[in-house]
Amino acid sequence: MNDFLKSETPSTNGATAAPLLQMKGICKDFGAIRALSDIDLTVNRGEVVALLGDNGAGKSTLVKVLAGVHPHDEGVVEFDGQAADISTPAASRALGIATVYQDLALCDNLDVVANLFLGCERGRPLLAEEEMEQRAWDLLKQLAAKIPSVRIQVAALSGGQRQTVAIARSLIGEPALVMLDEPTAALGVAQTAEVLNLIERLRDRGHAVLLITHNLADVRAVADRVVVLRLGHNNGDFKVRETTQEDIVAAITGATDSAVTRRAAAVAERAKMETQS
Amino acid sequence: MTDTQTPTSLDLADERLIMHSGVRGWLSVTWNRIRSGDVGSLPVIIGLVIICVVFQALNPFFLSSANLTNLLLESAAVGTIAIGIVLVLLVAQIDLSVGSMSGLASAILGVGLTQHGWSVPVAMAVALIAGIAVGALYGFIFVKFSVPSFVITLAGLLALLGLQLRILGTNGSINIPFESGIVKFTQATFLPPVASYVLAAVAVAGWVASRFARARRRAAAHLSTGSMTGTLITAAGLLVAAEAALWYLNDTRGVGASFVLFLALVVIFDFLLQRTRWGRSVYAVGGSVEAARRAGLKVTAVYMSVFIACSALAALGGLLAAGRLATASISSGTGDTNLNAIAAAVIGGTSLFGGRGNVWSALLGILTISAISSGLTLLSLSSDIRFIITGGVLMLAVIVDSIARRSREAHGRA
Repeated sequence: MNDFLKSETPSTNGATAAPLLQMKGICKDFGAIRALSDIDLTVNRGEVVALLGDNGAGKSTLVKVLAGVHPHDEGVVEFDGQAADISTPAASRALGIATVYQDLALCDNLDVVANLFLGCERGRPLLAEEEMEQRAWDLLKQLAAKIPSVRIQVAALSGGQRQTVAIARSLIGEPALVMLDEPTAALGVAQTAEVLNLIERLRDRGHAVLLITHNLADVRAVADRVVVLRLGHNNGDFKVRETTQEDIVAAITGATDSAVTRRAAAVAERAKMETQS
Repeated sequence: MTDTQTPTSLDLADERLIMHSGVRGWLSVTWNRIRSGDVGSLPVIIGLVIICVVFQALNPFFLSSANLTNLLLESAAVGTIAIGIVLVLLVAQIDLSVGSMSGLASAILGVGLTQHGWSVPVAMAVALIAGIAVGALYGFIFVKFSVPSFVITLAGLLALLGLQLRILGTNGSINIPFESGIVKFTQATFLPPVASYVLAAVAVAGWVASRFARARRRAAAHLSTGSMTGTLITAAGLLVAAEAALWYLNDTRGVGASFVLFLALVVIFDFLLQRTRWGRSVYAVGGSVEAARRAGLKVTAVYMSVFIACSALAALGGLLAAGRLATASISSGTGDTNLNAIAAAVIGGTSLFGGRGNVWSALLGILTISAISSGLTLLSLSSDIRFIITGGVLMLAVIVDSIARRSREAHGRA
């Protein structure tokens, strides 16, 4: 049923044993703010990795580094076992990284077809509108998307429909790695389930998925591994099946080392002393 | 071709889609679009009709064949400049220096022809290259230093005017020889009547053929084809209107070659904007720069190309104006040239907010401006009144643009 998944496995889905994406020691400064400091991240083929963190943890910055929007200041990125340059969005796309941004990054004045194929239009020298429209319908059908017409401006669509368009757009170029930044935040129950189904389908075909979310239910539903960021640092890397929700929450909130936990530990210590004496 | 669409068409499968088929559907779709603020070029066409009726009532010479022939000739130069303005407005930028650029081009032409002994093609090429260079400089400053285009081109307005005065030197006005090609082309070359009728028929036939070819491609891709009867009705209307207008104009001198050139440029740029990747990226950048950048479009290249095209078209407009007046002087391109070009684009329906509009607005806008200017001249009103009225019309057009924008937002089309 999924033409775009069936047609070809991503070329990078080869025999090499190296992880698909490996980031080491990534640093990114915005003026006086160190948004990312010494971040490591590994994503394997056929794996759904959830990137979790509180507000301001650096999730979106890391996504933008990977998408080539903000080049990183220090650190090494290896894609498919080879050092990769991701200093521009085009370079990131050429590697096979597709990004669905939280703000969707759609052009309101263009119709759905034009948005889906923006930057990778079919047809030279003239646009092949019919081919693009046909493919747009195929793709949207596979996503079970409820979009009445692909020739209406994106401005006229609802939030969920816009999210669907943005996700559909990321799949146009047969990416090896799909990054989804808060994909279900604006969706209804059925559409959320559809997106989660889609993420699983992508994984089954050997695509890697990097899922940025606040929704722990989503994480437990589809993610294989959880990477937690806190204040721009790595703060945990868990296998979802072997981890409790409390551990993940603790890593996100920093409860493993905070005033609250230190006091709790101190109180417990004092209680122990008292019972001993 | 049938009017009824099979409900199995790929794009009509959604049950929530309000079906419109046949001629009636085509009419109701058009009406709904207008009502929801997607007015397109309707206000300017209505305005043009009102202007014609009013001026004709005040002075019966206004709609005479001779005056209309003149009006079209007058439109070509500033209209060409307005095409460039449409391009920069589409990427939500502005070029305030097109008047100075056109003046500089005419100065280069005049001095090159009379003092350096250049041939007409060489002088025109030098002027156009100057336009390209200026546009490239604007684009470079814009993408490199992120200075607002408003400021860059305001500075350019003054600098280019200075350059124009320097090139003209002590003689403030240079007469371009009447026997030179550019003057002959802009003043004395008219389409032969038969050729004009055939050209109009061929153009309409070409439009119909392209619509039918599109319908065939859509049918092959299992997409709905729209109303072919609607296309034919529009085509018939266009053909009758065009041939009648030509017949009326051919009563005197007919359609000037420079106006045909302007029309050809409108068609070419419209084609580039609607059917090529470059055009798509121009609209995308005008809609959302950030989205375009993240989609991997070369945003800087789009800005560069648009600024270059605008300045080059301004230079071409200056050459046409110089030929038409057979003179290059310190007043070439000054006065209302600048504002008329910008006003034409906006009056024609290209949004100041970027991403909306098309090149045809340059044609409709410049016809409106020329009609007002010609009508007021016929009433022997001086330029002070002309400026006030043109300014008022521009304000009206911007108000219509803003109202339409609000209405689009209310109807979910913003």
